[in-house]
Amino acid sequence: MIPQSFQYESPGTMADAIALLEKHGDEAKILSGGHSLIPMMKLRFATPEYLIDINGIPGLSYIREEKGTVKIGALSREAEIEHSDLLKKHFPIFADVTKLIADPQVRNRGTIGGNLAHGDAANDHPAVMMALQATVIATGSGGSRSIPIDEFFFGFYTTALKQNEILTEIQIPVPPAGTGSAYHKLERKVGDYATAGVAVQLTVDGKGVCKAIGIGLTNVNPIPLRAVRSEQALLGKVINSENIALAAQFASEDCNPSADLRGSEEYKRAMVAVLVKRMVLKAAERAMGK
Amino acid sequence: MNKVITVTVNGVQQVLEVEPRTLLVHMIREILNLTGTHIGCDTSSCGACTILLDGKSVKSCTILAVQANGKSITTIEGISTEGELNPIQEGFKENHGLHCGFCTPGMIMRITELLKDNPDPTEEEIRWGISGNLCRCTGYNNIVKAVLYASAKMRGVPTASTEPEFV
Ligand SMILES: Cc1cc2nc3c(=O)[nH]c(=O)nc-3n(C[C@H](O)[C@H](O)[C@H](O)COP(=O)(O)OP(=O)(O)OC[C@H]3O[C@@H](n4cnc5c(N)ncnc54)[C@H](O)[C@@H]3O)c2cc1C
Ligand code: FES
Ligand code: FES
Repeated sequence: MIPQSFQYESPGTMADAIALLEKHGDEAKILSGGHSLIPMMKLRFATPEYLIDINGIPGLSYIREEKGTVKIGALSREAEIEHSDLLKKHFPIFADVTKLIADPQVRNRGTIGGNLAHGDAANDHPAVMMALQATVIATGSGGSRSIPIDEFFFGFYTTALKQNEILTEIQIPVPPAGTGSAYHKLERKVGDYATAGVAVQLTVDGKGVCKAIGIGLTNVNPIPLRAVRSEQALLGKVINSENIALAAQFASEDCNPSADLRGSEEYKRAMVAVLVKRMVLKAAERAMGK
Repeated sequence: MNKVITVTVNGVQQVLEVEPRTLLVHMIREILNLTGTHIGCDTSSCGACTILLDGKSVKSCTILAVQANGKSITTIEGISTEGELNPIQEGFKENHGLHCGFCTPGMIMRITELLKDNPDPTEEEIRWGISGNLCRCTGYNNIVKAVLYASAKMRGVPTASTEPEFV
């Protein structure tokens, strides 16, 4: 399978990349890790006339902490995220999620920016970013703007990014002490997209009361979904089995999975409930240092 | 418009002209005639096309040849010296790590990076480490043994079991 012909550009600066996007309009696409885009081009689901490879632009790959915010450059590869000590320190969820994304070779190429910009509810980072209350930075000819993760995903393969914008950074607030996070997805085999996936980050006080919580769901809705009622079932409440059961029930009711090769709608709803329970418990255990 | 690229292939610099849509695996097999790199699925799943790009194991069916410009690639043809098997190849031979051999070049390239990053992996780490490579013949057990053998040999400790399992 070979993609349809296209022109290949590899700009060396952001300004050049944005100028090329503006020049070629809808005919152009950004190439990051290429591990969603190239498969689609091989199947001719995507037929861009211009491919703008941003891998040669320096300064887009980093993971650092600045003033209470962790900043991840869009070109950071999954393998770098998997092995980052800074991310391990603040967010155990990244070790959970990266291990479940595809396989080592794909993780050597795929980037976190591409994973989000692809706008696919089957990808795992969107739900994680919802749990972590992340902000996406988009850069265009007029400068950069911040997009809260809840305003980023629009529809099937569409995001808030404008045609002439490049996703350059992801910002995640460093959580206070007493915070834990966890992700798991049910998959048919290693490297598969999720049958259902659940991301949770929560903060507890000394009495076991939930002070902050984010819950994101993978591949059980046309777009990545925040489980709002589940969050409310736990926020300000003691994390006990009764409240967790309620949160699990709400998530299974509020998602909109479609039946496919991975399972029926009923099965997926049931699995969402199971995963919400397990991930809330795991995040709470991590929050309490267990 | 074709592009002229410079790639170091198994240590030798090559200047090649490619179409932008040429996949790296096609450049390797059809332009360079290095047919040890296989195409198993063509959908980024099986790992048969795995090579090293600047030392990182990647699936060459999902990378454009133009993306290798200025980089170095290593294929299965480039890992042994003077016709001697390297420790990973020897591990496969000693432990019956292959039957038909179709997956083997990709496996070995992936394992090359795995052992570089983690010279003494556990069995579980090996299984996760080769989770992007499918083998339809061996049932993986003898491949895991081959990696343990290679790891021991490369670290200079007595080599692990050479008793292959037949399942
Ligand atoms: C076999 C296989 C299994 C996989 N399994 C999983 C999985 O389990 N979970 C998972 O989450 N993902 C999975 N993936 C997808 C993989 O993680 C992709 O790498 C990821 O979805 C896209 O990242 P990329 O850097 O490769 O983006 P690309 O493929 O380069 O780009 C994807 C899209 O985003 C756009 N884009 C990319 N970067 C930017 C940017 N910085 N700014 C603006 N637009 C941009 C591109 O134009 C394109 O439309 C799998 C892929 C494969 C091949
Ligand atoms: S041929 Fe590349 S992964 Fe199967
Ligand atoms: S030996 Fe035949 S596919 Fe692995």
